[in-house]
Parts: sequence; structure tokens; C-alpha cells
Amino acid sequence: MNAASDQLTRPVGDAEHSTFDLEDVFHSSRVGEVLDELDRQLVGLAPVKQRIRDISALLLVDSVRRQAGLNTDAPSLHMNFTGNPGTGKTTVALRMAEILHRLGYIRKGHLVAVTRDDLVGQYIGHTAPKTREVLKRAMGGVLFIDEAYYLYRPENERDYGQEAIEILLQEMENHRDDLVVILAGYKDRMERFFRSNPGLSSRIAHHIDFPDYSADELLAIAQLMLQQMQYAMSAETLETLREYIRLRQMQPHFANARSIRNALDRARLRQASRLFAKKASLTKADLMMIEEEDLRASRVFTAGITS
Amino acid sequence: MRVTQGTFSFLPDLTDAQITSQIEYCLKNGWALSVEYTDDPHPRNTYWDMFGMPMFDLKDAAGILREVNACRETFPNHYVKVNAFDATRGTESLRLSFIVGRPEKEPGFGLTRQEAAGRQVHYTTRSYATDRPAGERY
Repeated sequence: MNAASDQLTRPVGDAEHSTFDLEDVFHSSRVGEVLDELDRQLVGLAPVKQRIRDISALLLVDSVRRQAGLNTDAPSLHMNFTGNPGTGKTTVALRMAEILHRLGYIRKGHLVAVTRDDLVGQYIGHTAPKTREVLKRAMGGVLFIDEAYYLYRPENERDYGQEAIEILLQEMENHRDDLVVILAGYKDRMERFFRSNPGLSSRIAHHIDFPDYSADELLAIAQLMLQQMQYAMSAETLETLREYIRLRQMQPHFANARSIRNALDRARLRQASRLFAKKASLTKADLMMIEEEDLRASRVFTAGITS
Repeated sequence: MRVTQGTFSFLPDLTDAQITSQIEYCLKNGWALSVEYTDDPHPRNTYWDMFGMPMFDLKDAAGILREVNACRETFPNHYVKVNAFDATRGTESLRLSFIVGRPEKEPGFGLTRQEAAGRQVHYTTRSYATDRPAGERY
């Protein structure tokens, strides 16, 4: 924000007819870099990226409005991420913290990821201090509540989850400029959760749905992962991987990018055994190359059941 | 009589914005902050009461300032101070400590003279506030 605010405090012309250069503000905030990185490192997710762009634009315009002396209410940026397993909710939340920090909306840009256990206590009077403690830690950053629907357990009327939700609501309202809350979870369960907590739903301005990946996107993700892990595949092996993804998608418990990561991890295991069995001297290329047989050995190709 | 002690004892009371900057400085150095209160203002009283737990792993001053305000609200007629503890090996003690809240009226200290053998006089200071029992002093 430092560079951006320097830029912003510089008056351009006289008050009424002065012009404001959005392009300039955009460059000095260095948000472009983060957005480009987001594009490069996250495959697909078009609606999510669009929403992030919209939010960035709003915050930039707001900072210019402030410079023009116009009224700018800090927008509410609490968010709700819904989507199937492995669609990148946590990854995006992490990025979000950085983006909001660059835009100067939050002061520190760290992410505190919690689940029900971190918020809800075990006995009466234990929940409130516990939740407050977590909120205090998240101040100046983003509080990410994974699988938020576990907070509310309608089947147990003595459950303390409700108390945590109430404190959360209060904080989201009163300390809006101190922290951003992001809830995440599977779509249907989150909907049920919001139906029983209407106050929460209305306090969250952004409900973002993470779509499932297509087969092509998953292949692109696999390539990205291989590149990050410093492994390589020949073109033929890549075709095998494409076939693997197609088969795997049709099987139960498919968890998008996470399944792909697991598949690659297992391929690495097989590659290691293969290299070990060979006992010959290895080149760097040998160490990097994942062969077709490493993938073919998967049960996905044979039995049709897999973990 | 305005009681002063700690790091900024020579300055007028800090505003909230100034307290926030000081806390930011402490956090930047990785010190853990805590809030304490007392109604026994004697300078040799090192046993202040803790208000909540010491705060480790905090990134932002807003959380600590909130705790300070909660303490001021709960004990409007007590002294409140913020401590910064440095856990670095070899230091392991307070780096910074300053008063952030005080009672409206501070009666000050009285000087007591004790006449000892051979016309010797022993001096001691005693806070007027401590005439009354703890909790009813200010």
C-alpha cells in the first residue's frame, strides 16, 4: 500500500476538474503481479478469478474515490467459498490474503486457517474465550474457516457451535476493518448451514462457487504439479495420464486436483521402486522421468476401484 | 499525584494511536504482549494481576488494543499497563512496559517516619489508596 498511498496523496490538478489515473494506481499497487500469478498458477476457475478481479477493481476505484474526497464506505469483504473437494478453495483463500494486503484492505496479510475444533470449546464458558483468541490472532489478516458447516449441529441442542457462530457474527459486523472472514465447504452442506443461520448468510457479501475441473484442466494441473516437483513425462506418458484422468473422474470419491496429486505421488513411489530394482547407475533424466509403466500399474486401469 | 513508571514515564499519557504504534513495534520485534492491572500503585509492587493470558502469535496490534480497552472497561479505576516480553534466549524478560490506564483521582503517597534508636529516622512511602482494602481503593 505504501507505494500506492504515495501515489494517491499526490493531487492531480485542482479539486473539481482534476483527473485520476486508474492505470497509475493499478501499477503502483502491484496488484497486477498477484493477479497474473493467480492466472499462471491456478488452472481454470474462471468465475473465481473474475470475482477476484472485480474486488480488486472496486478497492482500487475506492482508493481513488477517497483521493477525490468522495464517500467510501469500506466494503464488506467476508466471503464464502463453496465447491467440491480439491477445487482449490484453500489455495485461493491464501492468495486472497495476499491480494487484499496489496490493495491495502487488510494490514498484515496473514491467513489463519481454523476448523471447528479451534473455535468451539468442550464445556460451558470455554467457547467464547477460545473463539475470541482465534479472532485476535486473525486480526489484520484473513480468518479461514474450513468446513464451516460443522460449527452448527442441529441434532445436538446443547452444542456450543452456536455460541461460536454468534461471536463470529458480532465480530464480522463490529470489526469489519480489522479482519476478513472466509468460510469454505461443500456446496450442499454450506447451503443447509446458511439456511439455519440466515444472519450469517446475509453478512457475507461474496458467495463464490468453485466449479469442478474439466479433464483438460486437470491435465494442465498435473503438468503444473510435475513441474513444481521437478519431474517430467514424455508425450506418450502424458496421453496415458489423460486416459487415467478420464477413468478416474468416473469413479467414486473423485477429489479433483487432490486426486491428481495423489495419483502423481503414487507414480513417484512406483518410479522409485523401479529405479531401485534396476540398480544401474542413474542419470539426472532417469531421476526425473516418470514412465508409462509407473502410471499403468494403477488400479484405475484394471479393477475400476481405487482409493 | 500522577504516578509514573515504565518505559514512557517521562511522557504524558499515550493516545490509542500512539499505543498502537508501540505495540506494532513490539510485534515487529517478536515480543509477546500482555496486559496487567493493579490498584496498589507502590513503585516496588511488582505483582500486578494479569488480565487474560499473555498474547503470543499475534500479528496485528488491533487485537491487543482491544484487550487493553477491555481491561480499562472492566477496571476503570485501576492502573493498567502493557508489557512486552522478549523470549529470546539470554534475555527472557520484559523489554518494554508502560502504563496505559490510570484512576481518575490519584491521592498520591504519604511519607512515614519511623523513629529508631539513637535519634535515627527510617523513611517509608505508603500510598493513601492502600488505606482501604483491595478492590475499594479508587
